[in-house]
Amino acid sequence: MKPINTMKTEIESRSVNESFARVCVAAFVSQLDPTVEELSDIKTAVSEAVTNSIVHGYKEGKGKIYITASVFENAIVKIKIRDKGCGIENIKEAMQPLFTTMGGERAGLGFAVMESFMDKVKVISHVGKGTTVTLEKKINGRFLADDK
Amino acid sequence: MNLDFSDGVLTVFLDGEIDHHTAPSIRETIDEKILQDKPRVLKLDYGSVTFMDSSGIGLIMGRYKLINSCSGEIEVVNIPKNMEKVVKLSGIEKLGKVTVKED
Repeated sequence: MKPINTMKTEIESRSVNESFARVCVAAFVSQLDPTVEELSDIKTAVSEAVTNSIVHGYKEGKGKIYITASVFENAIVKIKIRDKGCGIENIKEAMQPLFTTMGGERAGLGFAVMESFMDKVKVISHVGKGTTVTLEKKINGRFLADDK
Repeated sequence: MNLDFSDGVLTVFLDGEIDHHTAPSIRETIDEKILQDKPRVLKLDYGSVTFMDSSGIGLIMGRYKLINSCSGEIEVVNIPKNMEKVVKLSGIEKLGKVTVKED
């Protein structure tokens, strides 16, 4: 399926860019007239994925994070967050809620948040090469919400 | 962010966005105050928070551990409606009293 519209952006793996990344994707998704809740869900999921790339992929070191957001027929949004970091050895384990390699201050909820806030989450990872997280959500939008 | 200590209760009025970037300095400020005042109750007020991801939950979990080790309790109040979902998902209600902001 070909996207109707696409946006690409590239950021350095600095934590200060986390807010830029989620706001940038949210601004792009705004063309579908999402509800406040849908937008908040997308911002939160993007924030988790980008944070994972910074904290785990690049282990707080230098690298680039590539973000692609696309709009498809029926108001479906796909957001791809890709890094060229260390990769995930055991994806199943990493996606377990409360699993964290970082201890105290990380809740271990990154993937759980992505999975509960988005319709689909796909993770492809190769050790030493990097990780790509694809998030998908159908935007029902404000017009549909008003009809209810 | 404002902090208020009275009658053994340390209330922290959080504001703005809580993510992996902003959480460390918030954490440092709160922890310093906890160790200084040794509160009986730590009340985290999320009323003016405009965005949070799971770092906002990590912040609660980490403070719970610290206050718990000082025999204190944690309370989380005024969670904005659109952030209720991430709170529910985390199960932090087991750690202390959590209330959502009334409209």
